[in-house]
Amino acid sequence: MRRFSDLDVPTADQATLGVPLSDGRKGFAGAIVAVHAGQSSGGLEAAEIERRLIEMGFVEGAPVAIVQEGLFGRDPIAVKLADRTVALRRREARAVLVRQSDS
Amino acid sequence: MSAADLALEPAAKSANRSLRVALAGVPNCGKTALFNALTGARQKVANYAGVTVERKEGSLTAPDGQRLAILDLPGTYSLRARSPDEAITRDAVLGKLAGEAQPDVIVAVADATSLRLALRLALELKATGRPLVLALNMIDIAQRQGLDIDVEGLSRDLGVPIVATVATRRRGIDTLIAAVQTAAASAKPVISTWHEPSSAELRGLNRDTERLIKAHVKPPKRPDTWTGKLDDVLLNPLGGLVILLVLMFVMFQAVFLCTGPVSDLITDGFTWLAALVGQVLPDGLLKSFLCDGLISGVGSVIVFLPQILVLFFFIIVLEDVGYMARAAFLMDKIMGGAGLHGRAFIPLLSSHACAIPGIMATRVIDQKRDRLTTILVAPLTTCSARIPVYTLIISAFIPDHKVGGWISERGLVMLGLYATGITSALAVAFVIRKIFWRGASEPFLMELPAYKVPDPWNVLRSVIQRGEIFLRRAGTIILSMMVIVWALAKVPLAPAGSTGPAIDYSFAGIIGHALQPLLAPIGFSWQMSVALIPGMAAREVAVGALGTVYAVSGGDNTAALATTLASHWSLASALAFLAWYVFAPQCASTLGVVKRETNSWKWPAILFAYMTGLAYVAAFITYRVALALGAG
Repeated sequence: MRRFSDLDVPTADQATLGVPLSDGRKGFAGAIVAVHAGQSSGGLEAAEIERRLIEMGFVEGAPVAIVQEGLFGRDPIAVKLADRTVALRRREARAVLVRQSDS
Repeated sequence: MSAADLALEPAAKSANRSLRVALAGVPNCGKTALFNALTGARQKVANYAGVTVERKEGSLTAPDGQRLAILDLPGTYSLRARSPDEAITRDAVLGKLAGEAQPDVIVAVADATSLRLALRLALELKATGRPLVLALNMIDIAQRQGLDIDVEGLSRDLGVPIVATVATRRRGIDTLIAAVQTAAASAKPVISTWHEPSSAELRGLNRDTERLIKAHVKPPKRPDTWTGKLDDVLLNPLGGLVILLVLMFVMFQAVFLCTGPVSDLITDGFTWLAALVGQVLPDGLLKSFLCDGLISGVGSVIVFLPQILVLFFFIIVLEDVGYMARAAFLMDKIMGGAGLHGRAFIPLLSSHACAIPGIMATRVIDQKRDRLTTILVAPLTTCSARIPVYTLIISAFIPDHKVGGWISERGLVMLGLYATGITSALAVAFVIRKIFWRGASEPFLMELPAYKVPDPWNVLRSVIQRGEIFLRRAGTIILSMMVIVWALAKVPLAPAGSTGPAIDYSFAGIIGHALQPLLAPIGFSWQMSVALIPGMAAREVAVGALGTVYAVSGGDNTAALATTLASHWSLASALAFLAWYVFAPQCASTLGVVKRETNSWKWPAILFAYMTGLAYVAAFITYRVALALGAG
């Protein structure tokens, strides 16, 4: 499984903004710093994916933690998001950038 | 307003029309439970005009005599509609839905333990300008968790009256009704300022929500840890799948064990009734119509009922517990490989018992194309009605050899037929999603709700509702199809003194003979072609129909029929017949239920066309290959 998104070396942008949620493993936790779909995926416009993520509660500042992973390719993932649990595929999780907490 | 005026006002209103109330809320907020608590058994389930979205309406009478009509709108996270269901909610709230009056009051239903999304939706609902009441549902669970909500402060800041409720225990219901009446009575006309929010506006709404939560909600002292602990087991990558398979196995066993005897009883009952009517009436078309057409037609509808009730009992309990979303999570990758949504798993599995409850169960899939794809491939899985046909042909043509140990050749053929069914279902789904509906796949993005103990009354009501819907709508279509199939097989009657089987003179016989040149390339004799027509009633009917055309007397005499077939058919023809039955849409009931679920004849027509096409190709290849291998 590809652990890092398109670039293996984090760019300066990613370093300041955070890590894509799609790269995290079970136990990965932090706060969302940006929700931004760079490309369309699965027939949906990037902006639409962004809005759906926001509607499901993926908003800047929200605490997020990966709590479950699927069997095949560790996909999909279940994340704890504030007071709720949300399941999504890693493909969509790429749009969520997280600043990992130190713990 | 004086007290007398107050008393008069609602009475005057009720003389005109009832107060229209719409329930809106995010999925899993307990909206349906609240709807049940408000309306009890006074519910009507129908479809919105022109779409397959279910319309649930109920009524109640307030203590002062005013009538309230309650509409249970489909759950949505936002008024920014993404699916046909959500479009209904948006249009109903905005008063733009054809044939639907705008609600007088909107009740925003919120799960008190998970307020964020509910409050954001409430802010959107407020922008529509309709009088709004917020029902803080499941307040008991929130209190148990030590969640501290300042209801008064929240209500003041939100500018919306708030009522705490426990729908499953009918707590707060009367207060809610009173609040709705007050909101309606004090309503001032306000113009809607709602428009589809951009992502920036969504973020703004979220900030407003966060501010409200920060000011008025203290986080729970004893948060629910059960859900997380259960998920560690039930969503364990490997263990979770094993548990899912065990659960499905139990569900299947229950469907077969509980419904087998009941279904037999129903079949026997209708056979007995037909025989009774047959004794009273003189021979002729009327007797045949009543016994073979109407009574056995009604029987063939009712016989599905036990399966549907048991299957839906399991599905509804698993849904209410919160497990269904987990099953979708576990199966998403496997289903996704074929271009299907994780939620397609349960309907496809159910279809192994019978495609009818399977197709009805596709309602758990929100997205239209995902749902249609599942409906189109569900009839390819090996339903239980294929078993009698398979058994007959296998016992007539496949020798009872052991391949090694306890593995028999017959068993292997049966297994191969099952495997072909599920593989072809996934392959067809793949073709639909990767060729015809490319790139339209719905992202898998769903909430895993906290586990809950299901409310027995809600489960019971939902199961009964499913049964009613099946009998009322699918039942009428299935019954009329049965009568048509009967008419084809019986009319016109054989002329007096004829020697051949009566069916030969009927429309079925005429059609069968006409089809024969078409079916000759796949190795079908005219008898086989004729048997296909009454076999449209249901797959297992083909066994009886073959008995009729070969004039093998005695209903249960399948052994004699197998011997007859073995002497009349070549092995190549028999294998082609099996291949035909793997794919062919030989089930009028399935077509009827697809018509009912998609609200159009277009989809059953497509289903019929593609399955017949597949069946023809498969039977052709099977026949030709078998001939080439010397099985002629």
